[in-house]
Amino acid sequence: MFRPRLPAMLKDAGLTTLVAAALGIFVVGFRTVDVGSRRGLGFDYEFGDLAVALVVIFVGRFGLSLAAMGLRWPAMALGAVMAAIGASPLELPSGFLHWFVVLGGVLLVIRAAWPWANQAFATAAATPGGRTLDRLASRWIGVLMLGFALILPALPFADQKTMDLGVLILTYVMLGWGLNIVVGLAGLLDLGYVAFYAVGAYAYALLSTHHGLGFWAVLPLAGMLAATFGVLLGFPVLRLRGDYLAIVTLGFGEIIRLVILNWVDFTNGPAGIGSIPGPTLFGAVFAETAPAGKQTVAEMLGIPFDGNQRLIFLYYIILVLALITNLFTQRMRALPVGRAWEALREDETACRALGINPTNTKLTAFAIGAMFAGFAGSFFAAKQRFISPESFTFIESAIILAIVVLGGMGSQIGVVLAAILLIGLPEWFRDLGNYRMLAFGLAMVLIMVFRPRGLIAHREPSIRLHPVASRGSG
Amino acid sequence: MTAPLIEVEHLTMRFGGLVAVDDISFSGQPRQITAIIGPNGAGKTTVFNCITGFYKPTVGRLTLHGDRDYLLERMLGHEIGQRARVARTFQNIRLFPAMTVLENLMVAQHNKLMAASGMSIYGLLGLARWRTAEARAVDLARGWLERIDLVDVADRPAGELPYGAQRRLEIARAMCTEPRLLCLDEPAAGLNPRESAELNRLLVSIRDLDGIGVLLIEHDMSVVMSISDHVVVLDYGRKIAEGDPASIQRDPAVIRAYLGTDESGADG
Repeated sequence: MFRPRLPAMLKDAGLTTLVAAALGIFVVGFRTVDVGSRRGLGFDYEFGDLAVALVVIFVGRFGLSLAAMGLRWPAMALGAVMAAIGASPLELPSGFLHWFVVLGGVLLVIRAAWPWANQAFATAAATPGGRTLDRLASRWIGVLMLGFALILPALPFADQKTMDLGVLILTYVMLGWGLNIVVGLAGLLDLGYVAFYAVGAYAYALLSTHHGLGFWAVLPLAGMLAATFGVLLGFPVLRLRGDYLAIVTLGFGEIIRLVILNWVDFTNGPAGIGSIPGPTLFGAVFAETAPAGKQTVAEMLGIPFDGNQRLIFLYYIILVLALITNLFTQRMRALPVGRAWEALREDETACRALGINPTNTKLTAFAIGAMFAGFAGSFFAAKQRFISPESFTFIESAIILAIVVLGGMGSQIGVVLAAILLIGLPEWFRDLGNYRMLAFGLAMVLIMVFRPRGLIAHREPSIRLHPVASRGSG
Repeated sequence: MTAPLIEVEHLTMRFGGLVAVDDISFSGQPRQITAIIGPNGAGKTTVFNCITGFYKPTVGRLTLHGDRDYLLERMLGHEIGQRARVARTFQNIRLFPAMTVLENLMVAQHNKLMAASGMSIYGLLGLARWRTAEARAVDLARGWLERIDLVDVADRPAGELPYGAQRRLEIARAMCTEPRLLCLDEPAAGLNPRESAELNRLLVSIRDLDGIGVLLIEHDMSVVMSISDHVVVLDYGRKIAEGDPASIQRDPAVIRAYLGTDESGADG
């Protein structure tokens, strides 16, 4: 263990504070305020905020140095004091500083306790029992989440807002599962996945508004259309690897969006397509009064009309669609194609030497991934009843990809957890106001620090020679 | 003499101005181990890469005599494994590290299983014909795992195995493609003497039990001399000698290539 050198540590903390001060003085120290139409903008000085922040940074950095020196208890105590000060009703120049101080303290405590936690995790993971535990956990998490998802609409807190969020998360779960085939299993970095989502959405929007086709008729068509686009794009570009493939797919995603934006005659351009009919239940529509010649669901079932019925119906549609995606993928993984996908991700050269056609194998992954995006797109159009190119920007592709990577490449449960985090967290952080995305970013960084291979890094073999039970006893 | 399994005729491979392989001809017999030896940079791996379709030869004809004659130089990389049934291993091991040992052997049977799963449709429906085909594939894999003594670790990721076991697994994976010709690129590299002796036994059993023709690149002379039936010696991209191991050991050209020539000449 090092002997703590106090002067060096103080100097280090001072230097950090200086850098923070230099950066913070413009970001935090001054705030432009509107001082009336005559004089335009003026400055508000917030040096109090800055000073408190700098003290926190100084103490925090000093605490980190202590922790790095192996002085865990003093560092932890320092962190606890900081968190307590932040949480106390003490008068601070602004409300956010409470958050800042608490966060600093909590991070310091985590840092100080990390070596112990790390050791405990490593020991647990190394024992065969720990591995079994990991596997059981990932299986039971899945069962529990499925059960929760099934009964969610019946739960007391399931108001309209919750159900909306549920539908949104499930849409991303489905997209994540679809992209997981391409990125997680086949290892093809696709940055333009949203293009296939757009194809599915526009397929339903155009076919329903122009030709009067219903949701259930268009759903398979939209999937096939998106898969066709996948093959068309895939054929020329799948010989590219890694970064090059990523760039081309990124470009393809943008091209699709720009075509939709500019082909006004066909897609109505930036104005989008409105009054898209929602999905029907055995021909009955979800509305208070049915259009001529149709029946509302409430009439058909003989129950009173409720605005939530449509939402619950949508919720179950996307739940079933997502589960189909999941079951299909799980099934494919244990088939030769699925194993070839994973083998291709591991080593393409070796695949070729074994007589596997890499182009065909990649194309199936690309087409199947695109097909599920097409299904999800159709659902999206039916849910929103209005779509425009703005819904299909690059950021959507990035979020879906982030879900797959954050969940742990190839892990189905991981995708669900990551979708809940990525879509749910920003919603729950709404109380933080402007600092919402800051907290969100911090959460992401923490996950990547503590789970660098994604939330669920465990890979379940697609086939076993020895059944699990006998392995546990032997 | 029976008809050869593989015939390499006038093989030349140029990379820009560099002639890596220069007009090499040799042949490999079925049920024989043909070793290709030579100092570093002699062009051994280039010959392998031409045979297995990773390079397109500049000049030359590569014929594999199977159920019909396959002109390897005209086939795409994966077709050589799929149709001509030439399997290979790599100098730096190329397993699928995150997949389990058994999965590695299942991937090797891809084309057979793909047909049995009706392009995945029977497989998705879980039909009996797919299930029996899969069970048979697992049996084949289990048989190989028994031969290379890896049954116990069949469900562990291949990347976690020790080096020697990875070498053996890569050979087993190549054999699971049910090849006519097996090309091994330095299989004994990095093995200790005991593992090396085990490898010899494995290769001899592949030749005698499975009746497969083997092409072998190797630096370890104890392996080459004890198990190969025929030796081809390359140096600077040219073939400098060919024959049975005993005659190669005495060949002056081979000794010169390995030990160097005496530059002073006159008194040598």
